[in-house]
Amino acid sequence: MKNKVPLKQNTKSGYQYGFSDPEKYEVKFEKGLNEGVVKRISKLKGEPDWMLKIRLEAYKVFLGKKMPNWGGDLSKIDFNNIHYYLKPTPKEQKSWEDVPDDIKNTFNRLGIPEAEKEYLAGVKTQYDSEIVYGSVKKELEDKGVLFMGTDEGLKKYPEIFRQYFGSVIPAADNKFSALNTAVWSGGSFVYVPKGVKVDLPLQAYFRINAKNIGQFERTLIIADEGSFVNYVEGCTAPIYTSDSLHSAVVEIIVKKDARVRYTTIQNWSNNVYNLVTKRAFAYENSVMEWVDGNIGSKLTMKYPSVYLLGEGARGEVLSLAYANSSQHQDTGTKMIHLAPNTSSNVISKSISQGTGRSSYRGIVHIAKNAKNSKSNVECDALLINKNSRTDTYPFIKVNNSSSRVGHEASVSKVNEEQLFYLMSRGLNEEQAKALIVSGFIEPIVKLLPMEYAVELNRLIELEMEGSVG
Amino acid sequence: MLSIKNLKVNREGLEILKGISLNIKKGETHVLMGPNGSGKSTLANSLMANPDYEVTSGSIVLNQSDITKLDVSERAKKGLFLAFQYPVEVPGVPLIQFLKLAYTEKTGTSITPGAFLKLINEVAKDLDIKQSLLDRYLNEGFSGGEKKKIEILQMAVLNPEFVILDETDSGLDVTALKTIFKYVNQIKISKNMGVLVVTHYSRILEFLKPDFVHIMKEGKLVKSGGIELAEEIEKDGYKTLVDVN
Repeated sequence: MKNKVPLKQNTKSGYQYGFSDPEKYEVKFEKGLNEGVVKRISKLKGEPDWMLKIRLEAYKVFLGKKMPNWGGDLSKIDFNNIHYYLKPTPKEQKSWEDVPDDIKNTFNRLGIPEAEKEYLAGVKTQYDSEIVYGSVKKELEDKGVLFMGTDEGLKKYPEIFRQYFGSVIPAADNKFSALNTAVWSGGSFVYVPKGVKVDLPLQAYFRINAKNIGQFERTLIIADEGSFVNYVEGCTAPIYTSDSLHSAVVEIIVKKDARVRYTTIQNWSNNVYNLVTKRAFAYENSVMEWVDGNIGSKLTMKYPSVYLLGEGARGEVLSLAYANSSQHQDTGTKMIHLAPNTSSNVISKSISQGTGRSSYRGIVHIAKNAKNSKSNVECDALLINKNSRTDTYPFIKVNNSSSRVGHEASVSKVNEEQLFYLMSRGLNEEQAKALIVSGFIEPIVKLLPMEYAVELNRLIELEMEGSVG
Repeated sequence: MLSIKNLKVNREGLEILKGISLNIKKGETHVLMGPNGSGKSTLANSLMANPDYEVTSGSIVLNQSDITKLDVSERAKKGLFLAFQYPVEVPGVPLIQFLKLAYTEKTGTSITPGAFLKLINEVAKDLDIKQSLLDRYLNEGFSGGEKKKIEILQMAVLNPEFVILDETDSGLDVTALKTIFKYVNQIKISKNMGVLVVTHYSRILEFLKPDFVHIMKEGKLVKSGGIELAEEIEKDGYKTLVDVN
């Protein structure tokens, strides 16, 4: 028997640190949601009236919307059993010594730097490498790039904020975008001015005032004409939270000739419903790329989308899902072609292990006027064990005759021949399987910043433990 | 010594090997020949514990320890190596990363990336392998000849005691054939390795001087001898030899 590090949080016992300890909050609302709660959130943040109005409107929409009856099983979500606003107390920090050993071990085995470990464990609310970040921040400021928390963005740049907030994903888009709009807190606000290219990836956890990941994050990115930015969020270390619902909204505006890459790698503990709405508007000759890695959670429903609004716009999605036992990754994309000569490319790779289930759910829609457009979708699923499951639900609608659409799907099991070959060189079964899996996801991993790629491969090795037998 | 004792092997319920006995000492080169379907590759795969093959009786003993029940990975660690007839492609797995992991597992020691690259580059040079091939994913898109060379490169890096070359010569042009088998011969001598070469053709005997030649037919070794046996086959084919029995 291997000394297995539990990567996943046991739902019942729960890790008793961070968000779970009532003494650690400056403000903690009682469970449940009503108009009063929405008002109090807005008031505490000192928001302008128009934002409060948006929130209240969204709350009504939320009440009126039915739960989605497709995708994963959402019947166990109890909206009355959730705290809708928590503000951690900055002074009352936990010390590293209080963090349970098995989590420390997991961090160690992932090879995460000391400072980052403490941050991830909730010991630090600010990342220790502010000195490193300092020079980056200066460079960004000189170029006129805005990069800050969403709450701060609203305070400091209300005009930009008001123009774009909710313009890509209206509250009424779906029940969870309505919920997020009503109670959002945290997230990132990014504005890249015309022609500015940000060479270094903007990393969410480098942000000076980064707090622990919130439940209802709201991120807004505006890339002005001809600009470029690569935004990176998340990390491969497991995110422990006693809150069972994470419902974020990410809106991106990619203007003419601009390019945005948005990279997410998240590994949720297996009690979490991860229900996220992500969408980008891509204008003339712009490029929007979503790189989306989903590991863990009880159920993830996430379909990063691109609305190709301007001629020649391009949308890309590279998606990676890893469903371990009793997890369901329901992921995919929406590519909506609304202008001529637009193109989209989707590569989705999923891995199902144990009783895990991964589903690809995608829409490609080419409108009548989107002439000479093309779309290509490739879904590859890898099943590790006999009882692992995968499904594909592609919806394709093409309303003109000059466009081309391709869809390829493959399902494979771990190849016995490859396994035998690798093991014939002295690797054990777990190592060989981990190598095959890392090879399977390599086309996506190679696009990640180096440190993420390394962490991700280590994480896969850890996930593979116990997959044999 | 690698000692095969009365080995019987089934594949999909069908008996392929019907009692094979063979002793290979360190430093010896044995050549196993025989017509198609005689069971040569079955023997090679059974020695390496391919799960598709079921050993029904007999044993395999490596340096006095019975390895019949060990799985492929454990056999590899004990010093057995199989150069595959058809090396499988493993997309997305960098050749060097894989080989370094295997090296670490096999030797139980860690090696700096620099030292490991040096080791690989030396072997690659001897085998006339292009540097660019080493930077690619394991066997992915390699030509037949390149795959065979990479098998031998892995062999040299992992430093086994006994090796089985399963039709390594098939599909190679003369230049590659010469490079590979001269190199195998050289390693065999310098490392005192035991070698079992499974082949169809006697043409490799130009470059590899075997100590023994065995002829297999219908799952049995029907004749063993020296290099002269291979020469007879070259002249008369398998028929006359096999009919002797």
